[in-house]
Amino acid sequence: MDKTNAAFEPRIVAFLCRWCSYAGADLAGVSRLTYPANIVPMRVNCSGRVDTEMVLTALEKGADGVLIGGCHPGDCHYVSGNYKTRRRVVLLKQALSEVGIDPRRVHLEWISASEGIKFQSTMTSYTELIRELGPTPVRQRKEPVHG
Amino acid sequence: MSSPRIGVFVCHCGLNIERTVDTLSVSKTLRQYSGVAFVSDYDYMCSDPGQQLVSDAIREHRLTGVVIAACSPAMHEPTFRRAADDAGLNPYLVEMANIREHCSWVHLDRSEATAKAVKIIKTMVEKVRGNHPLDPVRIDHVDKCLVIGAGITGIQAALDVADAGFEVLLVEKEASIGGHMAQLSETFPTLDCSQCILTPKMVEASRHPNIELMTYSEVLNVSGYVGNYTVKIRKNPTYVDPDKCNLCGDCEKVCPQSVPSEFERGLVDRKAIYIPFQQAVPSTYTLDERSCLGLHPLRCSECAKVCEPGAINFDMQPTILEEEVAAIIVATGYDMYPIVNLGEYGGGDVANVIDGLQFERMLSASGPTGGQVRRPSDGRVPKRVVFVQCAGSRDPENHNAYCSKICCMYTAKHALLYRHAVADSEAVVFYIDVRAGGKGYEEFVQNATEHEKIRYLRGKVAKIYQQDDKVMVWGVDTLSGKKVEIEADLVVLAMSMDPHPSTRALTKTLKISCGGEGFLKEAHPKLRPVESLTAGIYVAGAGQGPKDIPESVAQGSGAASKAIALLTQDKLSHSPETVSIDEEICGGCGVCVGMCPYTALSLTVSGVAECNEVLCEGCGTCVSACPTGAAQLKNLTDFQLREMIEVALSDG
Repeated sequence: MDKTNAAFEPRIVAFLCRWCSYAGADLAGVSRLTYPANIVPMRVNCSGRVDTEMVLTALEKGADGVLIGGCHPGDCHYVSGNYKTRRRVVLLKQALSEVGIDPRRVHLEWISASEGIKFQSTMTSYTELIRELGPTPVRQRKEPVHG
Repeated sequence: MSSPRIGVFVCHCGLNIERTVDTLSVSKTLRQYSGVAFVSDYDYMCSDPGQQLVSDAIREHRLTGVVIAACSPAMHEPTFRRAADDAGLNPYLVEMANIREHCSWVHLDRSEATAKAVKIIKTMVEKVRGNHPLDPVRIDHVDKCLVIGAGITGIQAALDVADAGFEVLLVEKEASIGGHMAQLSETFPTLDCSQCILTPKMVEASRHPNIELMTYSEVLNVSGYVGNYTVKIRKNPTYVDPDKCNLCGDCEKVCPQSVPSEFERGLVDRKAIYIPFQQAVPSTYTLDERSCLGLHPLRCSECAKVCEPGAINFDMQPTILEEEVAAIIVATGYDMYPIVNLGEYGGGDVANVIDGLQFERMLSASGPTGGQVRRPSDGRVPKRVVFVQCAGSRDPENHNAYCSKICCMYTAKHALLYRHAVADSEAVVFYIDVRAGGKGYEEFVQNATEHEKIRYLRGKVAKIYQQDDKVMVWGVDTLSGKKVEIEADLVVLAMSMDPHPSTRALTKTLKISCGGEGFLKEAHPKLRPVESLTAGIYVAGAGQGPKDIPESVAQGSGAASKAIALLTQDKLSHSPETVSIDEEICGGCGVCVGMCPYTALSLTVSGVAECNEVLCEGCGTCVSACPTGAAQLKNLTDFQLREMIEVALSDG
């Protein structure tokens, strides 16, 4: 498949922590800041709730990209959940490289409740990045197996 | 369990959703979706008829779950959960699908937005399918409120809570309560004497039967949760027994150590043993261990020798107090932006360049000059004073970007009081804009400019420096377009307001946030101005952002009313969306125990983990760490999330 295929529409799942990034997405909405419609947001209480298994599930089910949005370091509503996420994501990215999946398909970003503009720019640039990376190799391999 | 019957309610939100999301097509698609028993769309689902529609459908179609496809859950989740509760459906079986903020408002293409809305709604249908009915956790609470900071805001908050019949612990870091308001001479726009209106409140706070006052004390640690916070407070030693001290002042006379007086803003010195100001509450001397000669290692003890009542005790130790409180009001106030940061204006360098609070002390009858305006360098009465507004404010390149809000008003007041105090005097004010929004404020400034012969020059000052005996002020009058050079006797900088330096550390202790400029962050800038995002912790006063006395008092009362509303409840509700442990699966490894920031998890004697749902805040960090999947977040289990992910990535 042509990786620069313009018809390719990335499928991206975004896990957004309720206190910062989800609220940042709300602010982007209130401010009418437009961004691509490729991302399906999911609200979790804390980015610390996003375990590696959930990210892998998303990749396995055909996500071209997985985005995790959390509070800035030091601002976690639950004290330290975002630090745990940061560590998990570092390890996960290493593991992904080893199995041949571009680690950029998983992305962690700190977006506060007051950063509507950052939410918009992150969604836009991440969708573009995934568009460049092309469709996930997992989906292509997976389909014949599971029929 | 019988098969689910989920109702989906699609809101048009007038045109807010309808404009970019084809709600009719969304409804049609959802009708075909498994488990969905009823779909309806409506102009404004949050309106009374809209809510009625939801309630009626719940009863009529015996719905087992509801998805409201509308705005953010931050807006109307409580509305619809209440409506469902009224119709006999457990509120935790109701979820919002956010197709407005996260969809219709941020996308332009109607077909793309419609497709995304369908996906968002389907993920929430999957969530509701896995939800269980839950009941809020009911918790007992103590009946006490902690107020941190005893400036005018904290005093007002403490008095209001105490008057409502609840116990208050009022903690102040300094030796006396009163804060910056005690330093002011007169207050704008009425020119009331600041101390005359403040000191009765200080005395009231100290004598109120429901208020326990802790001065010279700091909050060290806070744990627990709304209704049941445990706070650790350190009372620093003053080395003077307030019950014995009779304020004779003999100690002060013999003390050989002098340091600049904080209260007098360094205009004069105080001794190592001192009383901050005459009306200080508590009314007692304090020995400052940082400047005392005698504490370590050799005692000079001159003060103790002359103290007749024997009030001085060098062996006094800090005491740590642990208290249980239900609510916490944070009123940490402000500090002046450091004058030394304004090198371009001679700050800290030129003796006759002072800040606004120093000028207040000069104007104050109880101040070091007895209310006379004098130059710090030689004590002469200045005949020409230049006031510079926005010193350190509204200057994003070099200093604070924000407007400090009170400086326009206090500068007008300073200039006016100076003109009254010194005959044949000349007052010049440099300003960018005059911001005088407030009752009677504009009139006050108008009076100053028109009747008091105060010269207002619109423009920024470029440079201030010493020349011989004078202070030279270089600026531009932007109205005439001319350069201005003024030979002044004294320059008063209307310094920017900073959050008090202790604020940031305190927010870490309390686990609340502050904004980029360091002021306390409120839960919502318009609708929840005195609440933090943490339940039971409130913010008020200039620590939350620059504000004047009436606004600070209003916020103090506002925060108090929030705390009272909490304290008067019989029991508090806590979200039941907490962690549950499946004992059958739990291997007792204890990884979750170390993960929990709230010590909600522990290992039982039988070797499995246990969650205290009162302590659990539902972050789910332990769920991510649990190697067996025994720890699950109620109503957002791994199973639910997997189903949600699957449908989010599906084709149609």
